[in-house]
Amino acid sequence: MPLDTKIEDRPWLDSSIEPFIKIQNVTKKFGAFTAVDRIDLNVYQGELFSLLGGSGCGKTTLLRMLAGFEEVTSGHIFIDGQDMAGIPPYERPVNMMFQSYALFPHMTVEKNVAYGLKRDGVPKLEIASRVTEILDMVELGQFASRKPHQLSGGQRQRVALARALVKKPKLLLLDEPLGALDKRLREQTQFELMDLQEQLGITFMVVTHDQEEAMTLSTRIAVMDQGDIIQIGTPTEIYEYPESRFTAGFIGNVNMFEGRVTNNSADHVTVQGTDGTEFYIDHGQNVKEGQKVWVAVRPEKLVINKDAVAAGPNQLLGTVDDIGYMGNHSIYRVKLASGRIVQTTAQNIVRPKDAEWAVDWDDKVTLTWEPSATVLLTK
Amino acid sequence: MSKNSKFVTTLMCIGFTFLYIPMVLLVIYSFNDSRFVTVWGGFSTKWYGELLNNQLVIDSAILSLQIAFVTACAAVVLGTMAGIALVRFGKFKGRTLFSGMISAPLVMPEVITGLSLLMLFIALENALGIPERGFWTITIAHITFSMAFVAVIIQARLAGMDESLEEAAMDLGGKPLRVLFDITLPLIAPGMISGWLLAFTMSLDDLVIASFTAGPGANTLPMYIFSKVKTGLRPDINALATLIILTVAIGVFIAGWLMLRQDKQRKVDEQMAAMETTKDEQAA
Repeated sequence: MPLDTKIEDRPWLDSSIEPFIKIQNVTKKFGAFTAVDRIDLNVYQGELFSLLGGSGCGKTTLLRMLAGFEEVTSGHIFIDGQDMAGIPPYERPVNMMFQSYALFPHMTVEKNVAYGLKRDGVPKLEIASRVTEILDMVELGQFASRKPHQLSGGQRQRVALARALVKKPKLLLLDEPLGALDKRLREQTQFELMDLQEQLGITFMVVTHDQEEAMTLSTRIAVMDQGDIIQIGTPTEIYEYPESRFTAGFIGNVNMFEGRVTNNSADHVTVQGTDGTEFYIDHGQNVKEGQKVWVAVRPEKLVINKDAVAAGPNQLLGTVDDIGYMGNHSIYRVKLASGRIVQTTAQNIVRPKDAEWAVDWDDKVTLTWEPSATVLLTK
Repeated sequence: MSKNSKFVTTLMCIGFTFLYIPMVLLVIYSFNDSRFVTVWGGFSTKWYGELLNNQLVIDSAILSLQIAFVTACAAVVLGTMAGIALVRFGKFKGRTLFSGMISAPLVMPEVITGLSLLMLFIALENALGIPERGFWTITIAHITFSMAFVAVIIQARLAGMDESLEEAAMDLGGKPLRVLFDITLPLIAPGMISGWLLAFTMSLDDLVIASFTAGPGANTLPMYIFSKVKTGLRPDINALATLIILTVAIGVFIAGWLMLRQDKQRKVDEQMAAMETTKDEQAA
C-alpha cells in the first residue's frame, strides 16, 4: 500500500510498541442478546480512534465497558497495562464525554468543571487555577459563572469537553461528541477537537455513527456491525481498500457489480460481470478462476466521456438519467443498457453552462476508470 | 379572549362553581352572628374570638400539625429511599411486582389500612407493652401510607432525569454515596418538596386512619370536627375552616408565583443563550 508516513505516526505498524488499550476477546451479553461478540482490539498511546457503526452495533456498549459502566461478560480489558476487571468507574484513569453532555444543571460551569478535581481532593487553589486554564483553552472563560441552561449547544459541548479533560485522564472517551451540533458548528468543532487532542497528547476513543466525522477525526477507525468489528484501518485504508461489501457500502457511496473471475494472474485479475462488463484489476489477489466476486468502484473514480472511447475493460455505456447539481460538484446518475443506475461525481471546475463538453440529460456517455481504482471483494 | 367560545366559557364556569360554592358558603357562614351553623343572623367576627378561647380546638390543631410535620419528614426520607431503590436498582425477577406493591397503599381503602394497623398495634401492645396508642401510633400509620405517595413522586422524577448525570459524576471520581448527595438529591429536591407537602396535607386531612389508631387521649383536628358533627356544630368550626383555607390559599399562591417566576427567568436565559449563538456564528 502506498502509505509512506513516518512510523511514529503509525504505532500500530510497529510490533515492539505495547498497545495502550488492549481489548482481548471481550463479549458482553444482556440476557440472551449479545451486544459485543468476542472483540479483539488494540489502541495505541496518542491515537484518536473511532468506533464507527449504525445504532445497535455495540459501539456504545464497548465504550461503556471501557468507562466501567458495564461489566464484561467474558474477556479482558487492559488500560495502560492494568486489568480493568472489577475496577469501578470512579477509580479508572478514564474520563468520558457523554452524548447528552450530562452537565450538572444545578451547578455553574465552573463548578461542573471543578467537580472531578474536588472529588480527587485537589487543593482549592490548584482547582481554581486548573479550571481557569481549561476554560480559557475552550474559550469559555467569561461564562464560568453561568448555569448550563444559559449556554448554547456549542458552548455546552465545550464545557463537557473541559470537564472531562481537566482531570488529565490517560484516556478520553467521547460518545457522539458532535452529534447534537448543527452542521456548520460540527465541521468547525471537528478541527478544534483534533487540535486539542494533538496539543494534550491524550488518547481519544470516539463513538460515532457519522462516517464523515470518523474520516476527518481519526487516526484509525474500527467499523462495527452486530457486535463484531468488520475492519480496522486508517480512514484511507477503510475508504480505498475496503475488505468487504459491508465496509465498502457503509463508508461513502459505491457502485457494486457482481461477477465471476475469468483470469487470475500474479499481476492482474479479470472479472466478467453478470451483465457482460469486463473488469480489470491491476494487482493479483487471492481468488480462484470462476469464483463469485464483487467489484466496487467509488463514484468519484468514474470519468464521464462524451466522445467514443476505444473498446476495452473497465467501461460502462449508458445515458445520463439525472444530474444533481451540488455547487462544487455534481452527481450524475447514469442508466446502463441493463437498466442499472450507476452513480458518479465530477468537480465543477468550470461553470457548466460555459463548457463545451458539459454533460446534459439524456447524453450518451461512456464511464471509464483506472484499473487501480477497482476494488475486488470476495465477501 | 374572543377565540374562546361561549360553550367553553360556560363549561368552565360550571366546573369552578361546583368546586368553590361549598367553600365560599363556609367562609360566608364563618362571619355569621347566629348560633346555628346554617341560619344567617347577620355579620359578626365573634366566632373567630371564640375559637381562640376553645382550648380543645387549639390542642387538637396543634396535635394535628405535629403529627403532620413528623409524618412528612419521615415519609420523605423513607419514600425517597424506596423511590431511588425501585428506579435505580438493576433488573431482577419480580421487579414489576415490587414496583406495583409500593403503590398498593394508594388504592387500598383507608378503612382496611386503618384496621390492619390497629390490629398490629394491639398485637404489639399485648406482646411488648408498647406502643401506647396516641401520637406515635397515628404518626406511624400516617407515615406508612404517605411514604407510598412520596415514593411514587420520586420515581416519576427520577425516571425523567438523565441517568448519565449520575454516571458522569461517578466517571469524574464520585463514589456512589457522594453522587447521591451531590447530584441525585439536589436534582430530585423539587420532587421531595412536593412529596413533603403532599404527606403533610394528607396527614392533616386524614380522619379514618387516625380514628382507628388514635388512643383515648389523642384527638386530631379532623377527629374533633367530625365528633362535633354528632354533638352539634358551632360556627367557630366554620371560622377554623376559613383560617385553614386562607393558610392553604396563601401557601399555594406563593408556591405558584415562585414557580412561575423561575420558569420565566429560565425562558429568558435560554433565549439569551440562543441569541448569543447566532451572533457567534455570524462572527465565525
